Amino acid sequence: MTAAVFFGCTFIAFGPAAALFLLTIARDPLRVIFLIAGAFFWLVSLLLSSLVWFITVQMSNKNSAAQQKGLLIFGVVLSVLLQEVFRFAYYKLLKKANEGLLAISQEDTMPISIRQLSYVSGLGFGFMSGAFSVVNILSDSVGPGTVGIHGDSQHYFISSAFMTLAIILLHMFWAVVFFEACERQKWWSLGTVVLSHLLVSCLTFVNPQYEGSLIPTYIILSVMAGWAFSCAGGTLRNLKLCLTCKDKDFLLANHRPR
Amino acid sequence: MNTSDSEEDACNERTALVQSESPSLPSYTRQNDPQHSTTEPKRVSVIPEPITFSAREPGHGPDGEDEELTLKYGAKHVIMLFVPVTLCMVVVVATIKSVSFYTEKNGQQLIYTPFTEDTNSVGQRLLNSVLNTIIMISVIVVMTIFLVLLYKYRCYKFIHGWLILSSLMLLFWFSYMYLGEVFKTYNVAMDYPTVAMIIWNFGAVGMICIHWKGPLQLQQAYLIVISALMALVFIKYLPEWSAWVILGAISVYDLIAVLCPKGPLRMLVETAQERNEPIFPALIYSCISFASDEEAHHNEDRAEEREEAEPQRPTVHGQNRSHSVEEDLEEDRGVKLGLGDFIFYSVLVGKAAATGEDWNTTLACFVAILIGLCLTLLLLAIFKKALPALPISITFGLVFYFSTDNLVRPFMDNLAAHQYYI
Repeated sequence: MTAAVFFGCTFIAFGPAAALFLLTIARDPLRVIFLIAGAFFWLVSLLLSSLVWFITVQMSNKNSAAQQKGLLIFGVVLSVLLQEVFRFAYYKLLKKANEGLLAISQEDTMPISIRQLSYVSGLGFGFMSGAFSVVNILSDSVGPGTVGIHGDSQHYFISSAFMTLAIILLHMFWAVVFFEACERQKWWSLGTVVLSHLLVSCLTFVNPQYEGSLIPTYIILSVMAGWAFSCAGGTLRNLKLCLTCKDKDFLLANHRPR
Repeated sequence: MNTSDSEEDACNERTALVQSESPSLPSYTRQNDPQHSTTEPKRVSVIPEPITFSAREPGHGPDGEDEELTLKYGAKHVIMLFVPVTLCMVVVVATIKSVSFYTEKNGQQLIYTPFTEDTNSVGQRLLNSVLNTIIMISVIVVMTIFLVLLYKYRCYKFIHGWLILSSLMLLFWFSYMYLGEVFKTYNVAMDYPTVAMIIWNFGAVGMICIHWKGPLQLQQAYLIVISALMALVFIKYLPEWSAWVILGAISVYDLIAVLCPKGPLRMLVETAQERNEPIFPALIYSCISFASDEEAHHNEDRAEEREEAEPQRPTVHGQNRSHSVEEDLEEDRGVKLGLGDFIFYSVLVGKAAATGEDWNTTLACFVAILIGLCLTLLLLAIFKKALPALPISITFGLVFYFSTDNLVRPFMDNLAAHQYYI
């Protein structure tokens, strides 16, 4: 069970994201750097929210389980809000760094567009978020051990893996919509992104009733996927052209010079 | 025997660093336009420092000319350093997590850290670790100054012999120990003749690759392996608190040694510049191979690969932590990072991996170090002179280690226990 579960859950959780990374990001050094910078920003947001949570826990009654749970819920909400704040901060930083980037890359125009940056930074946030959520669980799944021996759910590992997958992809979609909303000053879109992030996190409060958390999360995932696709400029027509390999721009873009 | 692929690439990559890597959409790129590369003296971007290691005269031209002829630092160079640093850290973390030998403390310590940390009070332990740090740093300072003096007075043979001795020790003895421990961990039955053959081959090829000629990637691989071995030795033999204080102190020393006008490393760099020679090329991880005969000759004299515990380490340490860009006849430029940087990055991440079952701390330190390296290269691009690579990365790494271990870990553990997701 153990090796199979480990590899299975790892590939479920990180497979699509790793494929995206390898196919679209790994070749371009600039994108890799922005991915790692995005991961760093997520990390800093987590650090701040953990700090606040830690302080509140120290000041609270450690024996009261209800209070601890309440504080944890507060920590989750705070963390989500801080993540979105840091996403906004990253967006501002990227806009400000335009000139510096131009200098470094020896180009007259930005070598990387704000849309690509949104995709890359969202994936960075997603990788880090997914990694922090699931890596310890994966290392435990190598075993030895018994799942749910005290009466907890038997599906702990696989549900964690699926949830992580959803979160990683969601981060990517959220970032695309978020940056687009910031560019076009559409504050309602921004608010919706933040609210959907909050909703997804709050849905996990019903775990281990996975029907209550996983299914709505995946519904939100598909909605966000469609929204992000249209924000990035996709239409049904584009999609059809791309899938039937008739889209000239797409073909040209992938033609590597030299 | 050096692979020369990079020279052909250099001409293209000089003018189109980012472009050659990315299949960007046409609207966001410009075609390679030779005129543009000559018209922008103001767009200095990432020009490396004016140290020239080629056969050309020093002070060979005004800055504008330099800018035309130089490869610009770009994202490509950052990635060219990210990959080996990541590989080294992966090797160290993988070893630490699987081979328990390197995390066992049996009371043995290096002679440079004589004070034990098995004391009763916290204050005493802190004092001992600070004293250990002071001794270690003084040894390093003394050795660096000694090396700089040797270099200044042209005692090349002495340096050469010293470095060969230290790389011998690393490539044969430490790798033999490492192999032994790996076999013990996985309970592999092995006989001495086979081990002798393996180690002999590994060591001999390593010596040739590092000190003479070899394929660039093999040389880079050996440098990574050697840095990892050295980092593992440090992780094993440095006491807990001393290791952290030493990491902090060495970043400060690095800063002083490279930036202060009378710092030993700065003097080394300037002496090398006056003599128009490369600075111990093989003590430094370089992303490109040397092309010209001049360079190859210099390399043979001075191509050392040394990272070894005792006396040598501190000395070379100096150079290893300096960034420099080197330029050979074909204007091929790459970025170089000292092996001491590799070692101390890996020590930090390895120690993060050694403390407990938690992977989050390791990940956090890893990302922090990479971001620090990125910022350092950005500064290198702005200031265009040799910069210390340790301070920013180690500071970030230390901050993230302690905060993740103490703040984030309980938070994430609680979340995972309830399966809440943020």
